[in-house]
Amino acid sequence: MWAYILRRLVQAIITLFIITIVCFILTRLSSDPMAQYANRPGLTAADKERIRHQLGLDRTIPVAWIRWVGLPPETEKKIVDNSGLPIQYINWLGLALQGELGTSFFSKQPVSQLIAERLPLTLLLMATALTITVFIALGLGIVSAVKQYSLTDNIITALSFIGYSMPIFFIALGLMLIFAVQFKAWGLPYLPTGADVWNRRDMTELIRHMILPVSCLVIIQTAGYARYVRSSILEVLSLDYIRTARAKGLTERAVLYKHALRNAALPFITILGLDIPYLLSGAIVTESVYAWPGMGRLFWEYAQRGDFPVVLGVLLVVSAAVVVFSILTDLVYTFIDPRIRLG
Amino acid sequence: MSSEIEITDIPQLKAETAGPALSPSQLIWRRFRKHKMAMAGIVGIIILLIFIVAGAVIVPETKANEVDLRARLSTPSELHWMGTDSTGRDVFNRIIYGGQISLLVGILAVSISVTLGTVMGGIAAYYGGWVDSILMRITESMLSIPSLFLLIVLGKYLGKEVQTINILGRSFSGSVGIVILVIGLTSWMYLARIVRANVLSLKEMDYIAASKSLGASNVRIFFKHLVPNTLGAIIVAATLGLATAILTEAYVSFLGLGIQPPTASWGNMLTGAQSFIQRGAWWMWLFPSLFIVFTILCINLLGDGMRDAFDPHSTRHM
Repeated sequence: MWAYILRRLVQAIITLFIITIVCFILTRLSSDPMAQYANRPGLTAADKERIRHQLGLDRTIPVAWIRWVGLPPETEKKIVDNSGLPIQYINWLGLALQGELGTSFFSKQPVSQLIAERLPLTLLLMATALTITVFIALGLGIVSAVKQYSLTDNIITALSFIGYSMPIFFIALGLMLIFAVQFKAWGLPYLPTGADVWNRRDMTELIRHMILPVSCLVIIQTAGYARYVRSSILEVLSLDYIRTARAKGLTERAVLYKHALRNAALPFITILGLDIPYLLSGAIVTESVYAWPGMGRLFWEYAQRGDFPVVLGVLLVVSAAVVVFSILTDLVYTFIDPRIRLG
Repeated sequence: MSSEIEITDIPQLKAETAGPALSPSQLIWRRFRKHKMAMAGIVGIIILLIFIVAGAVIVPETKANEVDLRARLSTPSELHWMGTDSTGRDVFNRIIYGGQISLLVGILAVSISVTLGTVMGGIAAYYGGWVDSILMRITESMLSIPSLFLLIVLGKYLGKEVQTINILGRSFSGSVGIVILVIGLTSWMYLARIVRANVLSLKEMDYIAASKSLGASNVRIFFKHLVPNTLGAIIVAATLGLATAILTEAYVSFLGLGIQPPTASWGNMLTGAQSFIQRGAWWMWLFPSLFIVFTILCINLLGDGMRDAFDPHSTRHM
């Protein structure tokens, strides 16, 4: 057991290491923060050189390495400039390990601060949506499985299949059109679309702004999971121990909730844990449609401007979350399912 | 245990083995034909293809990209069946050409990801050892970065200098090629894992040892013996991957970092739609989205049918 945990941890560290390399190279290549200065009149070559220096774009490999091992910045100046990508990478990694993700090129705020401001809002949205999803998906899946091939089952299955094939923006824009635009036009109480700034301390305002993005995440996620819950309950219901439970004279309710659901819910937990990357991707779209000031929107806005410290920081946080969740899922699974023995 | 008795004991297999002996592919085809939902999916896809091809014959592409500022955001009418967008382009015409692009992107991106996934998974499993470890760590790392985030960054990198490409007398925005490449490069990981798992179990079989002892080269064994035997899994994954690729194109283009106008795609027809929806332009949202949903639904139905046909033991029935 402990050997397994240790092995998973080592693997996770290697994975994270590769992730940092991939992300670093990609963002560094993709972003040219100097592009915005290209057509500005009155900016001499010397000015541009100075900006490049301020942004650290001219930092060399040895400089980066020195930063990494933590020598004072004065030593830096003695090192010859001309660094390549590998050194810039080592430099960034060294700082990142200390929780220092650099400073945004454009807003001049520390990246860690920007992320810390936006992360809770994304987590709030995702956690709320996920909690509601789990209950609805379990409910629909159970009904569907117990009444297999009935009209209710067919409707739920068909709807979840259609929902599963929908892009999230279809629902996001549709909800916006109905509940924000048309309700307003009809003179009914309407929901805000998020374009207006609201007072974050006001709970009712916050909830009003959350309704549309949360519902749209719930609809999309439920569609995928309800089918999953249905098939895993059906699978469990056909097993011998369920027949035994019924033969003992237990009520159908007891068979379902005490015996079947426990085993059927196990794979559901794994799927939830492993779907974190997919859920995060959904968050970017939802946040951009509803102008929700979360991390997805932060990423999208700053990626368009080529602000690579921010892009890199978000990529790192998001991927680390995925890796951590996949380990947690594995561990939780082994603890709640005593049949699993890992060597 | 006599195998003949076992087969006739299982009603499902009995039905399949009744009559003249059928080859495995005939059996698969027979199971597939009986899958009503999969057949519905195929019919849907054929209708869609006819719409896209016939539409292009009737409506010239210039009409789809024609800007008419006087007719901005006009509601569906006899002149514009599905209304016009924010620059007065006809939504119906753009759906025809956007559909071509969306399907083209999907098919080519899946071709890239299938090739890459098969090669990566195959090499990892066949060689094992440190090759396997390295390739699988890379696969896992790529899987851990949420794909849309990766796509945005990659799209930004490759999209720096976009030129217009001319193929077959039609000009496309260079972003089409970039989006294809980027989706292909970020979606091979699941397939690599499937192929790896299949090859790992196949390579221990006797017939592989036999062809090795006959002096077959690694490349020959891989393409002649291992790949054909995992083809079923690859075809199913590719079909479902096609749905994902088309959706992914729609997502990136929707976010404004995918296919660039004037070339239409179903995704970029919705770029910035939220601000026009607030002015009540529901047709800009509804029609392109319905086509996306319809296409994805049909492909998913087809993919599910294929899964059931290739693997009769699978539990995921509709």
